[in-house]
Amino acid sequence: MTAALPMDAKTEKTNLIEGETGPWEVVIGMEAHAQITSKSKLFSGASTAFGGEPNSHVSLVDAAMPGMLPVINAECIAQAIRTGLGLKAKINLRSVFDRKNYFYPDLPQGYQISQYKSPIVGEGEVIVDLLSGERVTVGIERLHLEQDAGKSLHDQHPKYSFVDLNRSGVALMEIVSRPDLRSAEQARAYLTKLRIIMRYLGTCDGNMDEGSLRADVNVSVRKPGTALGTRCEIKNVNSIRFIGHAIEHEARRQIEILEEGGVIHQETRLFDARTGETRAMRSKEEAHDYRYFPDPDLLPLEISQDYVDALAKDLPELPDAKRARFIKDHGLSAYDADVLVAEREAADYFEAVARGRDAKQAANWVINELFGRLNKEAKSIAESPVSADQLGGIVDLIKGGTISGKIAKDVFDIVFVEGGDPRAIVQARGLTQVTDLGAIEQAVDAVIAANPDKVEQVKVKPSMLGWFVGQVMKTTGGKASPQAVNELLKAKLGIE
Amino acid sequence: MTELTDLSIAEAREGLKRKDFSATELARAHLAAIEVANSALNAYVLPTPERALAMAKASDARIMTGEAGPLEGIPLGIKDLFATKGVRTTACSHILHGFTPPYESTVTANLWAAGAVMLGKLNNDEFAMGSSNETSFYGPVVNPWRRKGSSAQLVPGGSSGGSSAAVAARLCMGATATDTGGSIRQPAAVTGTVGIKPTYGRCSRWGIVAFASSLDQAGPIARTVRDTALLLGAMASHDPKDTTSVDAPVPDYAAAVDKGVKGLTVGIPAEYRVAGMAPEIEALWQQGVAWLKGAGAKIKEVSLPHTKYALPAYYIVAPAEASSNLARYDGVRYGLREKGHDVTSMYENTRREGFGQEVKRRILIGTYVLSAGYYDAYYLKAQKLRTLIKADFDQAFEEVDVMLTPTTPGPAFAIGEKSGDPVEMYLNDIFTVTVNMAGLPGLSVPAGLSSEGTPLGLQLIGRPFDEETLFRTARVIEEAAGPLAKPQDWWSKAA
Repeated sequence: MTAALPMDAKTEKTNLIEGETGPWEVVIGMEAHAQITSKSKLFSGASTAFGGEPNSHVSLVDAAMPGMLPVINAECIAQAIRTGLGLKAKINLRSVFDRKNYFYPDLPQGYQISQYKSPIVGEGEVIVDLLSGERVTVGIERLHLEQDAGKSLHDQHPKYSFVDLNRSGVALMEIVSRPDLRSAEQARAYLTKLRIIMRYLGTCDGNMDEGSLRADVNVSVRKPGTALGTRCEIKNVNSIRFIGHAIEHEARRQIEILEEGGVIHQETRLFDARTGETRAMRSKEEAHDYRYFPDPDLLPLEISQDYVDALAKDLPELPDAKRARFIKDHGLSAYDADVLVAEREAADYFEAVARGRDAKQAANWVINELFGRLNKEAKSIAESPVSADQLGGIVDLIKGGTISGKIAKDVFDIVFVEGGDPRAIVQARGLTQVTDLGAIEQAVDAVIAANPDKVEQVKVKPSMLGWFVGQVMKTTGGKASPQAVNELLKAKLGIE
Repeated sequence: MTELTDLSIAEAREGLKRKDFSATELARAHLAAIEVANSALNAYVLPTPERALAMAKASDARIMTGEAGPLEGIPLGIKDLFATKGVRTTACSHILHGFTPPYESTVTANLWAAGAVMLGKLNNDEFAMGSSNETSFYGPVVNPWRRKGSSAQLVPGGSSGGSSAAVAARLCMGATATDTGGSIRQPAAVTGTVGIKPTYGRCSRWGIVAFASSLDQAGPIARTVRDTALLLGAMASHDPKDTTSVDAPVPDYAAAVDKGVKGLTVGIPAEYRVAGMAPEIEALWQQGVAWLKGAGAKIKEVSLPHTKYALPAYYIVAPAEASSNLARYDGVRYGLREKGHDVTSMYENTRREGFGQEVKRRILIGTYVLSAGYYDAYYLKAQKLRTLIKADFDQAFEEVDVMLTPTTPGPAFAIGEKSGDPVEMYLNDIFTVTVNMAGLPGLSVPAGLSSEGTPLGLQLIGRPFDEETLFRTARVIEEAAGPLAKPQDWWSKAA
């Protein structure tokens, strides 16, 4: 494995935080909790569907009735292995489920079944590309399986708390990174990338609003080149944006304490999204003693290499490979490739549009027109009213010279709002580009004749040509072929 | 005709088949016996006469139509550790106050599918933690046996004391029991009954209130080796709901009973000859050796060098698992809830009121040995010893087919005699815990009476899943020992 040790991690100068006493480096590691996409829970047959009536998806096992026993859900194991493969990680053919003991009303067994010493997935890595072009390789320490807890509801009754066990026992993957991240931006990009990978694999829907992806963030600061500082853990930050805020606030807080001669105490802190601050939850001394031990109800989990190989064979193309292919085979820029691979559906859409067409033009249309419009209307790619076939049709009409790029945008609008076949729309509405040179020449002559002063100016300032093009397009209702207009104007105005 | 309650299960099966009597008559005879005896013996914590009669009636109907199952109409008692659908199940703990499960344990479901009839729920040590049935929330069970010329109340062993006492006193033909460190074999030994703890994984644990998951195993107690074999055959199964249960066919145990011991090599583990062993226990053991030799078995001394570590290691592993298994009894979802001003005080009040002294002691021990900084020194070391204990047996079983040992260090003691000293109480398990630590099958068969006139048992230990050899060896001892006297009925007079 190539996971970088924290001391060796490359630090970009721009990632340093300037303090009173000079620059500080922030060191970040993350524990992501990803809910596995599966029909039933990790150790019971109850449904994992979100949003059911409270306590409607609860089996006898989930409620920890006396004498109930867990049975491992094979699909959850397969999902964890797929995720491990997606993280280029070592799959452990033997792993062990342990009990993590603590009391809480939404933890019916009085222990969480987790994997402590022998996780199902070992070391791996995630490559994170930042907007700046910087690339960070984040080491993955491990991925283990565990049960989610239920939910305590404190706002249902003035005196009592209520418990909803629908989530109790749902399978989670805890993905632990090495402390390889050096800025809030890197941390955000890492979690985003993790989310993309899991969504490609179909192993976690990454829906942070519903809590299916959550993260605990470990933050410490140090002077560059010195040993790691004492870390604080920020619990349950539930959006990628908040992760950035939480890290920035926490790093500043620690730097302030250190610069005033204080020391950082290892503790667990909570991020308050309202104030943008973190506050102490419990100190190391108050930390639970979880009394981990192997769950005697479950035999060690043993899987064969053949099984892992079969899962590996069926993995989809992952974002890193797709990105590289888009750049190499389609000639896209790194930026366009990043945007397109961020969602598997978007990448598939782009490939459908690009098939047999100019890939760069396809990418432009998908990114600028389609994504722009979808964003504005808060729609996902899956909800796009314009299919890849329809968008491809528009691109074809431009390519064939039937419409100009400008008209194409109008056609796109019509298809987006009303639907329909682009070619039929162009014909029915008379949007076909005017390629009759005689008609265009007439319009060009008229504009030249009407603006003698501008004709004089353009001879000294050739960039004025655009103004003439605009005028001609205006008089032709935008249907004139821009290429023909350009050539005619240049000839008649004597511009090279 | 002999009393219906005196019949063995094998005899009752024949009688029912011949229609000498009906399942309803059989159930009524036992219900009447319970009615008379239970106030004195306290073996049942919840007799279920209505259910028993309804089940017996259904059995009679199946017998009439020729659809009888292998245990059709046989009245059984069920240890309160087994969840019984619609019937209160508390593990004899106050913390499960009023708990009525909406599910049936796999073992009892198997028995009902075989046609058996439930007479009621049997007393046991709270959460099966005890060797005398004195820790039950419902009070101690009294052994039907008494010392010669004494009316001192004796313990029936534990934790399956209700099971052993009820079987010995003819309050059921057989009973379910569970064994974590000897809880089937020790009560069987001190009540003159036969009890087998099968190999770990032979019976499903699903629906049995857990004590120590890696050690708990269900098994039967009955009055003859054959009856015990018949019951185990019906109780055992592979259960996908218990991933530690084994996917292997259940042999016809009853068919093995009469195969004799000719050609078998019986191992005598030297380490079981402990210092200060009572001479009558030593004599009983030698008698057992002589009987088996006489029946054609070869005898061979074997060594199990790690035996002395089994008891201390057991009292680390079992409480550790128990401390975690019992965490679910928190007052939140079912059973007892004692109010508090916040959730922590509710937990504290509920668990203070709900658990008895012995259970609390084991939760504390278990919590301690799993704590950070102590785990390696205690739990991990105990698990390593377990591996060594298992390896001792594996090696010895290369040379012998079955081992013979005493079941207990002595006969039944009096109620209250040992309850003051937990360590002395724990020493009762000295010959039985190794078997649980190694996951092996162990059987106790009555072999005679003590100088006090109370029963003593011999233990047979077998290879994994070789219960058949235990049954055939036990049958030889049973036959050689001759019919054991019945405990004298003092309880009807008391009633």
